Amino acid sequence: MSELEALRAKYLPQIEAAGDLEGLDALRVAALGKQGEISALLKTLGKMTPEQRQSEGPKINGLREDVAAAIAARKDALEAAALNAKLAGEALDLTLPPTESPLGSVHPVAQVMDELAEIFADLGFSVATGPEIEDGWHNFTALNMPESHPARAMHDTFYFPDANAAGEEMLLRTHTSPVQIRTMMEVAKRTGRVGEPIHIIAPGRTYRSDSDATHTPMFHQVEGLVIDRNIHMGHLKWTLETFVRAFFERDDIVLRLRPSYFPFTEPSAEVDVGFSVENGKRVIGGDPLSENGGWMEILGSGMVNRRVIEHCGLDPDVWQGFAFGCGIDRLAMLKYGMDDLRAFFDGDLRWIRHYGFGALDVPTLSGGVGA
Amino acid sequence: MKFTLGWLKEHLETDASLQEITDKLTAIGLELEGVENPADALRPFKVAKVLSAGPHPNADKLQLLSVNDGSDKPWQVVCGAPNARAGMIGVFGPPGTYIPGSDFTLKPAKIRDVESFGMMCSARELELGEDHDGIMDLPADAPVGTSFADYIGADDPVIDISVTPNRQDCMGVRGIARDLAAAGIGKLKALNDVYAPAGGAEPLEGEGAAPDVRTDDPAGCPAFYAQSVSGVTNGTSPDWMQRRLKAVGQKPISTLVDITNFVMIDLGRPLHVYDRAKLAGPLVARKAKPGEEVLALNGKTYVLDETLTVIADDQSVHDIGGIMGGEHSGASESTRDVLIECAYFDPEHIARTGQKLMLTSDARQRFERGVDPEFLDHGLAIATRLVLAHCGGKASAVTRAGHPPMDARTVKYDPAFCAALGGMDVKHDTQCAILERLGFIVADDWTITIPTWRRDIIGTADIVEEVVRIIGLDAIKSVPLPRAAGVAKPTASAAQRQERKVRRMAASRGLNEAVNWSFISEKEAAPFNGGDWVLANPISEDLKVMRPSLLPGLLSAAKRNVDRGADSIRLFEVGRRYFRAPDGTSDERATLGILLAGNARSRDWQSGKAQDFSPYDVKAEVLALLEAAGAPVAKLMDFGEAGAHYHPGQSGTLRLGPKKILAAYGTLHPSTARAFGFKKAPVMAAEIYLDAIPEKRANGHMREAYAPPPLQAVTRDFAFLVDEKVAAGDLLRTIKGADKKHLVDARLFDMFAGEGVPEGQKSIAVEVTLQPLDKSFTDDDLKAISDAVVKAAAKQGAELRG
Repeated sequence: MSELEALRAKYLPQIEAAGDLEGLDALRVAALGKQGEISALLKTLGKMTPEQRQSEGPKINGLREDVAAAIAARKDALEAAALNAKLAGEALDLTLPPTESPLGSVHPVAQVMDELAEIFADLGFSVATGPEIEDGWHNFTALNMPESHPARAMHDTFYFPDANAAGEEMLLRTHTSPVQIRTMMEVAKRTGRVGEPIHIIAPGRTYRSDSDATHTPMFHQVEGLVIDRNIHMGHLKWTLETFVRAFFERDDIVLRLRPSYFPFTEPSAEVDVGFSVENGKRVIGGDPLSENGGWMEILGSGMVNRRVIEHCGLDPDVWQGFAFGCGIDRLAMLKYGMDDLRAFFDGDLRWIRHYGFGALDVPTLSGGVGA
Repeated sequence: MKFTLGWLKEHLETDASLQEITDKLTAIGLELEGVENPADALRPFKVAKVLSAGPHPNADKLQLLSVNDGSDKPWQVVCGAPNARAGMIGVFGPPGTYIPGSDFTLKPAKIRDVESFGMMCSARELELGEDHDGIMDLPADAPVGTSFADYIGADDPVIDISVTPNRQDCMGVRGIARDLAAAGIGKLKALNDVYAPAGGAEPLEGEGAAPDVRTDDPAGCPAFYAQSVSGVTNGTSPDWMQRRLKAVGQKPISTLVDITNFVMIDLGRPLHVYDRAKLAGPLVARKAKPGEEVLALNGKTYVLDETLTVIADDQSVHDIGGIMGGEHSGASESTRDVLIECAYFDPEHIARTGQKLMLTSDARQRFERGVDPEFLDHGLAIATRLVLAHCGGKASAVTRAGHPPMDARTVKYDPAFCAALGGMDVKHDTQCAILERLGFIVADDWTITIPTWRRDIIGTADIVEEVVRIIGLDAIKSVPLPRAAGVAKPTASAAQRQERKVRRMAASRGLNEAVNWSFISEKEAAPFNGGDWVLANPISEDLKVMRPSLLPGLLSAAKRNVDRGADSIRLFEVGRRYFRAPDGTSDERATLGILLAGNARSRDWQSGKAQDFSPYDVKAEVLALLEAAGAPVAKLMDFGEAGAHYHPGQSGTLRLGPKKILAAYGTLHPSTARAFGFKKAPVMAAEIYLDAIPEKRANGHMREAYAPPPLQAVTRDFAFLVDEKVAAGDLLRTIKGADKKHLVDARLFDMFAGEGVPEGQKSIAVEVTLQPLDKSFTDDDLKAISDAVVKAAAKQGAELRG
């Protein structure tokens, strides 16, 4: 065996067997260090003849490279084993519960208001607001309910003891209809009585002195108002159908208009929506004439009474339109299946988390208004 | 408004079924509330004969009856009625029958050890009256074995409709019949034919002096018609009349009173009858004198004032005009001479009087809506004829005092308006026919005369309504609303978008949205300086004051959750606070309230103990939500004075300038917390005044130009010793001002006192971020900036630690 072969046979098995990085490094020093055996062989190359160098050089260098490669490979293996051993000691029980982040929610009433704004935005309606503490003129008189009007007494109104500076009695609005008045008056004022088309919805809190399972002294309503030239009941019917179908996300919803009476509209109609029973549950939509199907009243509507338009300072021979009003809490109950109105205003976290909506459940037309 | 099918058919000639009629009622605006056939409950009961009656072996007060109800073998019945006797005919309910007046179903039972099958019934048990002293005692010729329902003719469905306040004419059966006839359900009979059994409906001039009545209050009572009938016998009214009145919920009293009630319901024409023997001098419609009193027929005494119209004689008031008669002069069994009043009371006066006295009556309901001013003569004649027919006597001449407001009212109509407003294209002759069937007179030029009973019809829109409701609103075709031209524009206002953003940001941060009452109790409002708006007629003391703060509602909601065992409560509400503006109108301010109570973190395996909320938790929410609301958060300044309901040392306000408060937050004052039932753990609260946040100036879609700086920012740490009273925020703000050009952030990363820090001082460590602009910092640059930072900190008394 040549000296080269002997060195190869000496080092490669030892490297393979090295148990730790220190041992391996000692082998590296012994073989490839400045005083190492293979390094010493390399130094002999300088004294050789060119011919000898040509034959011996590659052999010695080959040995050096093989040993260096074996050391590197062993080093990698030892390091990997050491890391694995370290990681094994770091194992965690990941079935333990992580720190909880609290879950927030949006109230169904707010969600439904956003849904309504979205649906009506698509029809070109903007959202209008008005005060909840109103005066008798905006809440009643301008809406064609003068003081002795029997409908005025039927409103179960909450009153405040003191009149405003104009001498009007102050009260909690009994419906969102005064927003109609404020909107039309604002338009009349801004356009110098000329007028312009109006498309608004007005959602908000309303109040009546009434309390049982289906009535709370505070509740939410949405008002709709369209004023334009040449608007008639056919437009009203289409708008309500479009709104109700979009809200419940069903095409097979039928509406029934029934003649009724509101002092501020003429003609007036109450609107029933058809329901049916699917999988044992009452749902809005389907055939109201099917077994267990029927009609339920959901809103009041009509063509704005010309006296109301006059009261607001617009010319009723130019402008006509329709208005409607609808309970938001009731819409929410019908769509999402709550059965007790009082729970809406109780703040029970269990109820809120169950019926509430996630922050990112923003109703959009593309994503669906029923989050 | 209740009536029976049979009653309706007195006025309406029709073969239509009950279902067709009730469907049509709803379709034309007389909404069906319900239909009930009293016969349904009575059908199982039989006319039965008591064959024998003997003593009960074990009870003195019970009898053992053998009852034949027409079936094969007699029933053994234990009966406690004192009037039960052999041979009598009564009403029997066999086993299995539901007893409506007692709300139970009969089962065979042993009563004192003797078996009993079924029951002989009292009037009350059948809901036919109040009598429960004994079982019903039918005439001897009542046919045993027939259904009791058939026997008493109860098989007449009662229809209940809701009549809207504009339709006085449908507060009488005849008006309903007229509407149905106009809508194609049969034909309206002539009034003379309807009242043919009493001799028709035409005015009747009797003999003898007309009653001495007049009106001294033409505003409240424009017309007072009266007629007397002398020599009457006031017994019980005929069966058919009693049955009809009972069916619609009116209690039969005496023939005279029943006649007035019958005419009121039949024709919507209220009347009143006086016992002439109880009157002294002429009967006058006049204003009441202050303090005058009247004992009304409902047994209550009313104190009147000079705004109310009454009917009085020389001595006393006998009638609260148009609403309720007086007890003293009402008709009784002994009445021999009767005065019948048929008056017209002004609707607005009636409404005011009724509201003032808080008194409602069937008469008020009708007068208030406005009765037919042209029907006084007929109404009086019909009443007189009915009195003559059922009480006998002789009629006097008629007194007609005053004038009902009877101006013929017309409206100029264009039949094309039906399509323009009602959205329904109806042929002109169809429109004309509908209107004429409703009693309108349509001239060739479409000048329409309004029937006197339709006070609600004023303009052309009302005419359209008549046409479309009689045809049915189903015939209206949907027409798409014209769309506004151009691209869709945002329809929400800035305030609305802000509200949506903060709501969803709050929810995303783990807060739950509540909707609380806008009104709170006075007690709840007290820690918040009370409210500007206190209801005059609250539904309860708990819901009385319009909230000056969202916190009471949130606190009450949180407490209810604590009581239900919730351990961590994070609530918010977006709503208004209510204040009074100087002109007495409402000043409503959009506000977001936050409440944190219970555990900030529940105990868990990592931290061991549960953690309370701290004021920093609520401040974090406030800052995040202010940012979402578009407030310039970097410019906000920390102030105190959050309000007396907060802990004085653990609360603050965030302001934009010294006066403009955007938010208040902190630990709730322990006594406020206690007032809402929180005893131990601190409660955190905040209010963000959304209305105070300045609106961002809209400047299109373009953002300000920006490119990230090419050079890396560097940081330098400083440790300062400073007086313990110096606010950390003040020190940071001062440091940030040290070099406006390069110093982009100063962040407090450590603060401590105690060991190693002199008494009365604290150590604050600050990391300052410096951004080089066009070239890297030299050592000199950095030294200059550091010196500036130290110098600035010195303004707050801070010394660099050695």
